[in-house]
Amino acid sequence: MMLTLIVELKDKPGQLIKTLEPISKLGGNVIGIVHKREKITPLKKIPVEISLEIEESKIQRLIDALKENGITVREYNQVRLVTTSSLLLIGHIVHTDISDTINRIDSTGFAEVVDLHINMPQLNGPSTALITISATGKEKLKEAIELLINICKEKGILVVEPINEEFL
Amino acid sequence: MIKIAIIGFGTVGQGVAEVLIEKKEYLTKVVGDYKVVAVADSKGSITGDFDLNHALKVKRDKKRLPDGLTALEIVKNLDFDLLIETTTTNIEDGEPGLTHIKEALKRGKDVITSNKGPLVVSYKELMKISKKNNCNLLFEATVGGAMPVIKFVRRCLAGNKILSIKGILNGTCNYILSRMEKEKMPFKQILAEAQELKIAEADPSYDVDGIDAASKLVIVANALLGIDAKLKDVKITGIREITPEAFDVAMEKGYTIRLIAEAGNELKVSPRLIPLNHPLVLQGTLNALQIKTDLAGDVVVVGKGAGKRETASAIISDFIDLYANQTINFI
Ligand SMILES: NC(=O)c1ccc[n+]([C@@H]2O[C@H](COP(=O)([O-])OP(=O)(O)OC[C@H]3O[C@@H](n4cnc5c(N)ncnc54)[C@H](OP(=O)(O)O)[C@@H]3O)[C@@H](O)[C@H]2O)c1
Repeated sequence: MMLTLIVELKDKPGQLIKTLEPISKLGGNVIGIVHKREKITPLKKIPVEISLEIEESKIQRLIDALKENGITVREYNQVRLVTTSSLLLIGHIVHTDISDTINRIDSTGFAEVVDLHINMPQLNGPSTALITISATGKEKLKEAIELLINICKEKGILVVEPINEEFL
Repeated sequence: MIKIAIIGFGTVGQGVAEVLIEKKEYLTKVVGDYKVVAVADSKGSITGDFDLNHALKVKRDKKRLPDGLTALEIVKNLDFDLLIETTTTNIEDGEPGLTHIKEALKRGKDVITSNKGPLVVSYKELMKISKKNNCNLLFEATVGGAMPVIKFVRRCLAGNKILSIKGILNGTCNYILSRMEKEKMPFKQILAEAQELKIAEADPSYDVDGIDAASKLVIVANALLGIDAKLKDVKITGIREITPEAFDVAMEKGYTIRLIAEAGNELKVSPRLIPLNHPLVLQGTLNALQIKTDLAGDVVVVGKGAGKRETASAIISDFIDLYANQTINFI
């Protein structure tokens, strides 16, 4: 589950660690950190936006742990993955490091590989994968698909795109 | 009397000649009197006052027309009203069709063609010349053979804004992919089968690498979407790398794979995942287009994309469109 978290940190050393520690303890994976120095609060705290990947069941424990560490959690929300698209990949999918391909989609922060179905016919032959990507919105989905196409071009994999809209 | 010159006397040229003979009575009622005053192939021609049946017989028996005026001499000098241009397609420079069509238009002669080459290379220029010389260039047969597209969209969907057009514009690829879907056999094997059945050419690259579909897409984009597109503007991916396993994986999720040509925000020809219940999922060599419009919503046309009489059908419909001097009585 993708999560964005906005915490308010005092402008002094060691603050960020206090935030990151509980995340890593709970098996979360930080994808991005943005300091919003221009939005400094009247109490001189700096809002920091953290995007991360974490199991859904652990979100509440994370929030509690952060509060115990004295961190102000201003808001958090699960990133809603609202649109989904499936694409077919044909080629040397595994040899070209499928986990790297997935990681590069997941680390966008707005899209995620939610399903992957691989068929490997024979050793050294091309394999096929149906990859399903979810994203936070239509435009973001397009962006993620564009990214996937570029990654696959780099790796010499053919991408069979969906025809998009269903027939009305 | 409409005087017709048929340049290019292969499958399509002969098919048109046969229909002009077969439907003489009906067509005369609709468009008035007409006569073919010239037929030419790459080696020779017959011109003047001759029997069209005889010309067909000569071509069939001797495989060529007798020495005579060249095609170029005919289009430049002979007295005629309508050029039916059905020479071989050449998407590199459009020739020889491009020169034939230009010369005829410059003389103010109407042109009907099944030849994609000249339109792919010089659509805009040709339309300009025809406008300037107050004559017509019709080309229904260039896209999708018998499947009505150009006049269908221009007439029957008049008043609509065309948002996008996508579909199947190459029967050979559709045959191969739909056979792979059913038989789960490799591309190469199905291709060999298609070549044996004369569905695919000995050199299949023009079809299976997506170039033929892209050429038709360029014509569609120019004629129906007003995009000044050339072949180099189309992103093209062919079907050689599609595997039988790809169909297994796709079908488990309710999809199949077809080569889809699409003109919308961008122009592209590529294999696409497509839901099994989608109207563009067709078997065999059929062609189809889905036209997205602002008023009518989605409209789909399906038909035969090639064949002698099928392609003649499109040319004859242009002929009637051009010359019908009365409302056709449809019964
Ligand atoms: N066949 C179809 O189903 C179909 C469907 C849609 C569109 N088309 C298009 O229609 C056109 C004709 O197709 P087709 O199947 O009839 O091809 P085809 O059987 O190969 O016929 C082509 C004809 O053009 C003649 N020709 C070539 N160069 C010439 C020149 N310089 N001057 C005069 N004649 C010349 C050929 O002469 P020779 O006889 O001496 O070789 C032949 O008679 C092509 O552009 C094709 O792409 C075909």
